[in-house]
Amino acid sequence: MTHEEMKESLKRRYGKLVAASGKGRRGGPGGHGRGMKGPGGKPKDYKKTIKRLAAYVAAEKIRLIAAVLCVVAATGAQLATSYMLRPIINTYIVPEDGSKGSVSGLFMALAVMAAVYLLGILGTYCQSRLLIKVGQNSLKRMREDLFAHMETLPVRFYDTNTRGDLMSRYTNDIDNIGNMLSSTLISLFTAGLTIIGTLALMLYTNVILTVVTVVVVPFMLAAARRIAGASSKYFSSQQAALGALNGYIEENVTGQKVVKVFNHEKICDEEFGILNEELCKNQMKAQVFSGLMGPVMNCSTQINYTLTAAVGGLLCVFRGLDIGGMTVFLNYSRMFNRPINEISMTVSSVFSALAGAERVFAVMDEQPEPDDTENAYEPETVRGDVVMNDVSFGYVEGKTILKHVNVYAHPGQKIAFVGSTGAGKTTVMNLLPRFYDINEGNITIDGRNIKDFGLKELRSNITMVLQESHLFSGTIMENIRYGRLDASDEEVIEAAKTASADTFIRHMPHGYNTVIDADGSNLSQGQRQLLNIARAAVSKAPILILDEATSSVDTRTEKLIEKGMDRLMSSRTTFVIAHRLSTVRDANAIMVLENGEIIERGTHEELLELKGRYYELYTGKAELD
Amino acid sequence: MKRYIKFIKPYAPYFIFGPLMMLTEVFGEVWLPKLMSMIIDNGVANHDWQYILKIAAVMVGACLVMIIGGTLGNYFAVKASVCSSADLRKELFFKIQRFSFGDIDKFSTGSLVTRLTNDIQQIQQLIITMLKMALRSPAMLIGGCIMALSVNRSLAFILLIVIPLLGISIFVIMKMAYPRFERMQTALDNLNNGIQETLTNIRVVKSFVREDHEKDKFDALNGSMRDRTLDAMNVVIFIQPVMTFFMNAAAIAVVWFGGNQIIAGNMQVGELTAFITYVTQILMSLMMLAMVILQSSRAMASFKRIGDIIDFEPSITDEQSKNKDKKVEHGSIEFKHVYFAYDDGDDDPDNDTEILKDISFSVAPGETIGILGSTGCGKTSMVQLIPRLYDVTKGEVLVDGVNVKDYSIYNLREGVGMVLQYNSLFSGTVAENLRWGNENASDEEILKFSEYAQADSFVSTFPEKYDRMVEQGGSNLSGGQKQRLCIARALLKKPKILILDDSTSAVDTATEKRINEAFATELKDTTKLIISQRIGSVKNADRIIVMDDGCISDIGTHEELIKRSEVYKEIYYSQNEKEKEGRSA
Repeated sequence: MTHEEMKESLKRRYGKLVAASGKGRRGGPGGHGRGMKGPGGKPKDYKKTIKRLAAYVAAEKIRLIAAVLCVVAATGAQLATSYMLRPIINTYIVPEDGSKGSVSGLFMALAVMAAVYLLGILGTYCQSRLLIKVGQNSLKRMREDLFAHMETLPVRFYDTNTRGDLMSRYTNDIDNIGNMLSSTLISLFTAGLTIIGTLALMLYTNVILTVVTVVVVPFMLAAARRIAGASSKYFSSQQAALGALNGYIEENVTGQKVVKVFNHEKICDEEFGILNEELCKNQMKAQVFSGLMGPVMNCSTQINYTLTAAVGGLLCVFRGLDIGGMTVFLNYSRMFNRPINEISMTVSSVFSALAGAERVFAVMDEQPEPDDTENAYEPETVRGDVVMNDVSFGYVEGKTILKHVNVYAHPGQKIAFVGSTGAGKTTVMNLLPRFYDINEGNITIDGRNIKDFGLKELRSNITMVLQESHLFSGTIMENIRYGRLDASDEEVIEAAKTASADTFIRHMPHGYNTVIDADGSNLSQGQRQLLNIARAAVSKAPILILDEATSSVDTRTEKLIEKGMDRLMSSRTTFVIAHRLSTVRDANAIMVLENGEIIERGTHEELLELKGRYYELYTGKAELD
Repeated sequence: MKRYIKFIKPYAPYFIFGPLMMLTEVFGEVWLPKLMSMIIDNGVANHDWQYILKIAAVMVGACLVMIIGGTLGNYFAVKASVCSSADLRKELFFKIQRFSFGDIDKFSTGSLVTRLTNDIQQIQQLIITMLKMALRSPAMLIGGCIMALSVNRSLAFILLIVIPLLGISIFVIMKMAYPRFERMQTALDNLNNGIQETLTNIRVVKSFVREDHEKDKFDALNGSMRDRTLDAMNVVIFIQPVMTFFMNAAAIAVVWFGGNQIIAGNMQVGELTAFITYVTQILMSLMMLAMVILQSSRAMASFKRIGDIIDFEPSITDEQSKNKDKKVEHGSIEFKHVYFAYDDGDDDPDNDTEILKDISFSVAPGETIGILGSTGCGKTSMVQLIPRLYDVTKGEVLVDGVNVKDYSIYNLREGVGMVLQYNSLFSGTVAENLRWGNENASDEEILKFSEYAQADSFVSTFPEKYDRMVEQGGSNLSGGQKQRLCIARALLKKPKILILDDSTSAVDTATEKRINEAFATELKDTTKLIISQRIGSVKNADRIIVMDDGCISDIGTHEELIKRSEVYKEIYYSQNEKEKEGRSA
């Protein structure tokens, strides 16, 4: 493959990835088509977003008001002291009437000035302390709300949004908001006050010069805008390049073992080189442009200063402005320009914070799972009599996955589903705990429609062991106890024994207190599955769903846990999805699914007799995939 | 720091000229007030409006020089930082490509990705700031001091007192802040890990109705995140008031002592105001310096994490190999008293749990060997020693009679094809993924080997056939389809030794049988090692290795083992009773 071809191919493969960024673009590798509608480059509805953000901050009214007072005090003190110096000089050091200066008067005046300074310092400190507290509290509440709301969102939300994208809302976006709340806001506010204060002092000193100074400001702002506009364009191509590179890195590092097995390092080096080069080029443009802001603003401030000086000089010559007045004015002009400079530098961080806030609020606006607990059915005990009546379902409208499925399961029965990948086995299991709601037909438990149950009530009566084993960081004991939080240590150990996990757990360095990572890197896949089964065993739910629960367990171990599993299933209504047909042999009924329809049903013997699809699968004549 | 010099070197001019150009801004800032005073002292005082306009023109000229200097300085700084960090990223990536499996396990893929992405960004940002500020602040400091001294020497003692005091207090504050920032970072990591975990396990959370439980965990992490942040920030915010305090104290001291001197007739008013201006400038630049140092101390963690990788020596290299040109030609394998343990990270290698104990066996070229045993008995560990994905702890592994450590890694792995238990496909088309095995494979070859691996049957049902895009992680393919593509990919390599690590677990028996048949007829000369959970997959192998708890329990044909091996019999009956029943029914 030539260098050019490689470039093209990389563009095709990774071009659609865009890195999550402060500018509020959709993050995470491979934004899903079905996902949330993420906002584009700029926040759309500033007003609404600002209002909602303000609500978080406003919760701390007293601190906020106190902080505002502190800012006013600090800025006022700063302005006052800059004003005081001249009278001190004119009165005590070199009295205007020509008399000798007064040392004691100077001392007194300086003492007052020191007091004002101290007030200013105190104000600055209190203001930072208060605003940081307000900022951090608001962030904490925002994260809390985001997390709490996220937990109420339906599984569909998680299936259609990538984890990377969601994570970037907690990290990048909240971070941007945090920056704005704790530093940008203070400096904007202080800058605003300083501008107003100096403007007043300037007007008081000389109106014409004030006009000269202020006239330049719109030009400065226009220049700032031009630069911001251009750099935002380059920023978006930088983010695209960054997204492609990060996607490549993620894939390459995760698949590193395959890279090694195939001696693919050289090609990867080359491909990485191309993407790295691309990023370097784009980053150059974006950074150079945004870096222009500093020198340009700095320079225009100086030009403004020069203009004021020139006009001031001419005023002195032709209109009789006094030198003292002009010196003071130049000082003010400096003080006036500095905050304008600051504002133009920080404005971009305000926009990225707003864009971030919009992305955070977008998650908070997602519709939670329907859960009307008001007249929810809450039975004392659930027996586990499950009926699916003419159920049809599709994840996307117009694309039906399950068609007219009927299933009856009496308490304690074992119902198995077999069929090829994509036949709809896992989909059936998604419907029972209402991870997705059905489009047609109904599902009942003990004769009541599952929609009548409270969601929590419904789910606490169903235990699932999923295909991919999921564990939490913590001890093994804690992980098993997840199935029932009030289980005693003995019950946990009993459950582990049921799942044949007890032996390997005891071999671990700290037994049940061994701490495992979330990704369980210190456990084999089979061991992870056993822990998942133990977790289900500790639960007392009357309905059990096993979705390929033992696919990574070797047959000997599977045989060992069979007894335990039988005990586990005997008291529960069990739904089993299994790849190995041997594990579903003793089910009360086996459903053969194909293209979303149950094409055969019956016991193992009946189905073999039928000599249909199941018979073919079982005897290895047909392919199950 | 030494390790970073080679990344700076190629861009040395940019690293040097960036900060130098920034000096033009300093020059302007120091010079402009001087010009201003000339307007006042000469122009206004003499009522010379032409002089005023002339100096103003010079000032505008100075501004233009500043903007050119600033722009160039910015360009150089960006160029230096972006390019050198791109090089750094590249070096890091290359290094990781050379890591052994054990090294990757040690760092974990997640942390490697963070280092390559976030940490590098951090460093890049730091370099830009440093280049822009590094000379500017000290230059302002020095320039200010010189100017202040030139204005009035007798007031200089104030600077001598204030500057060290301010320096010390900033140092103390930062010293206090640094560990707090570290704790804040830990709290942030914990919080993110917690969120990540809940997101990953959301189905479990929901099915066990543990939302409140998760919320409690999150709230604790979230609370400690806020507390740690406040802890750190509350220290940092002292800098501003402390700095203002010293600045104001200095101003008051200057006015007091200067005022007294003026009253005594030893000093001019103009000197006083000028001195105050310069004191402010000096202290300002000192604070800027402190801020840069603070920012860099936060990026130090990134430097350290990247340094860890740069300094890390990959644990498996072929530098010591004696026979680098040798290629695998026949495909015989021999294990001689092999012991193996994974490095569990602590310093005591004797403490590591032994996974393989005294393994010895040999395989002739072209032989098909089945490997059976229960979960965790060491099957995967054993075969991974052949292409040196891990190195033996004791004993030796020979391929074609030569120790695997004596091959070059490239030649060894070219000769040994392997289908891993957890396989990755990469973004790209099916054909592109298959060409991992052989870059130059023709379409016919791809078709042929896909047929052997029984992959063609489903690939040909895609409308785009072999041009079908594989999504990240292969999420648009089923488990069985992925496995068959991975087998085809390995076959395309035409290795002398082919290792299949439980790589047909999601493929049904009939298809698997066809794959095995293709192996038997089309890959006669290839030595094949097949790990499986299913006895049916390895029953027809020339020999079967039965493993138990890190040892070889027995080796033999199916017929031999069924007679003498208890372990084999147990596995056999655990699977075959039912199937036999099934067939007879």
